[in-house]
Amino acid sequence: MNGEIAAILAMDGIASGAIYVLIGLGLVLIFAVTRVIFVPFGDIAAFTALSLASLETGGRPGTVGLVAVLAVLATAVEAVALVRNRAFHRLPRALLFYLVLPLIPAAAVWFAAGTTFSMPVRIVLSLALVLPIAPLLDRIVFRPIADASVLLLLTVAVALHFALSGLGLMFFGPEGVRTKPLTDAVFDVAGLIVNGQMLLILAASIVFCGLLFLYFEFTIQGKALRATAVNRVGARLVGIRPTSTGTIAYLLASLLAGISGVLIAPVTTIFYDSGFLLGLKAFVGAIIGAMVSYPVTALGAVMVGLLESFTSFWLSAYKEVLVFSLLIPVLLWRSLAFAGTEEEEAEE
Amino acid sequence: MALLSIDQVSVAYDKVEAVRGVSLAIEPGQIVTVIGPNGAGKTTLLGAAIGLLPWRGRMSFDGIDLRRLDVEARIERGFCLVPETRELFGDLSVSDNLLLGGYSRRRDSAGLKQSLADVYKRFPRLDERRNQKASTLSGGERQMLALGRALMAKPRLLMLDEPSLGLAPIIVREVFKIIASLRELGVSILLVEQNARAALETADFGYVLETGEIVHSGAAADLMHDPRVTASYLGGH
Repeated sequence: MNGEIAAILAMDGIASGAIYVLIGLGLVLIFAVTRVIFVPFGDIAAFTALSLASLETGGRPGTVGLVAVLAVLATAVEAVALVRNRAFHRLPRALLFYLVLPLIPAAAVWFAAGTTFSMPVRIVLSLALVLPIAPLLDRIVFRPIADASVLLLLTVAVALHFALSGLGLMFFGPEGVRTKPLTDAVFDVAGLIVNGQMLLILAASIVFCGLLFLYFEFTIQGKALRATAVNRVGARLVGIRPTSTGTIAYLLASLLAGISGVLIAPVTTIFYDSGFLLGLKAFVGAIIGAMVSYPVTALGAVMVGLLESFTSFWLSAYKEVLVFSLLIPVLLWRSLAFAGTEEEEAEE
Repeated sequence: MALLSIDQVSVAYDKVEAVRGVSLAIEPGQIVTVIGPNGAGKTTLLGAAIGLLPWRGRMSFDGIDLRRLDVEARIERGFCLVPETRELFGDLSVSDNLLLGGYSRRRDSAGLKQSLADVYKRFPRLDERRNQKASTLSGGERQMLALGRALMAKPRLLMLDEPSLGLAPIIVREVFKIIASLRELGVSILLVEQNARAALETADFGYVLETGEIVHSGAAADLMHDPRVTASYLGGH
């Protein structure tokens, strides 16, 4: 290996790391606010890529059917809960949020089938299609068991992943897709060929990390999300509904996952079940950040990308093995270095 | 009409009844205290009133049946609790804690700005420490932050659970002075305390809760001289 190859591998690693950063931050965000380790999160990224590919060929993305099924289910669950509590006056609002809003992008795509949109419109449409999936799943599956233990929530999330990839196969079919590149630009930086796609991935990752930071630091909604993560009872006592902050967390995180799906689709072939591995690698990053720290999660995710890139050069057969083996020293280090901190936090 | 009316309310943990058939009322502008020994069910009663615990009986706030309001809807209507455990946002700064205290009024940014200035004026210590994380505050400062955070919601009725717990005597005096001064803001207060003397000196009306039941009640000044109360709670003087 010479310096040039190392530089190429490093660039490649940072680019895939940047994808994992977006997904990893979303995982941490959902966990912090709702205590759910949202295993199907990578699926959101994969479904965005699949929707984008389908829109490129003027087809009807499977997401339309998926969102329609979920919206009907969520509306039914919400309506039953409202009727049981005799809160009839909240029914119109529930219909708007769980049925009408999620179905607007789906209906738009359904009726426009056959037309080919320009690239920015395709991207926006596929993001809009995918955004409602996680909040709807939250309403159907997690809200009824919101007070359960983290372990139970995780178990349900794993089951949900299998259900979702089954639905993915049904709605998207078994074929893999790869979308057109977002840019064909190629740059020559100090003798190295850098393609524009890679720079775009990096730039998007940095921009969205920045936006997330600004949202948490400077908006009352962002602070309410942090407050829910820090102290749920305290949040309720100032009037913050954990169900609302949960929905916002799912939406925001889905946006991050959707963007990573758009970015990854031109460089990797995506299948209906590709999301799991994406999510799992981002999860390694999130574990390095102990599921609480956004900056450490981002660093961890970049590390995973680099490790993956270099091992695929040296020992490509062991690529995944080595990436996931990283968890063992990380967990050991965390349990030794941070022993005792949890008790301190509990006292607060 | 009473601002808060609690009528024959019982609260049970599994099968153990921690509160049995308690009735009490708070008129607008009143300071009412519930005193009693540790484990009498005082905190449980407040937890049920704010909606964090399931209860049986009848409760209404400002004429609205409390069964129809969840915790967040109570806060929006100005019915707030400062719990014994404070429940601050430890990782967030003092100013963020206060800002979030006004979450239910977030669309009234001018009003919130005014309230924030008022809280800082009332608690200069919080102003000095506005950029510090809440978890780094001392016990007294935390209590002030908890009070300040609740005031940001513009409460009409504030329930305070053991506001003097774990505080040095000089700070306890300060806390009770602040509680008495809240009356000028038109805030009604339900004060739960083990420090019976300070509580009765501040309050208009008092209830004595023992093993989940109200055993005495009356004007605070009368309770102070009631031999049954002085013997148990005021050191026999």
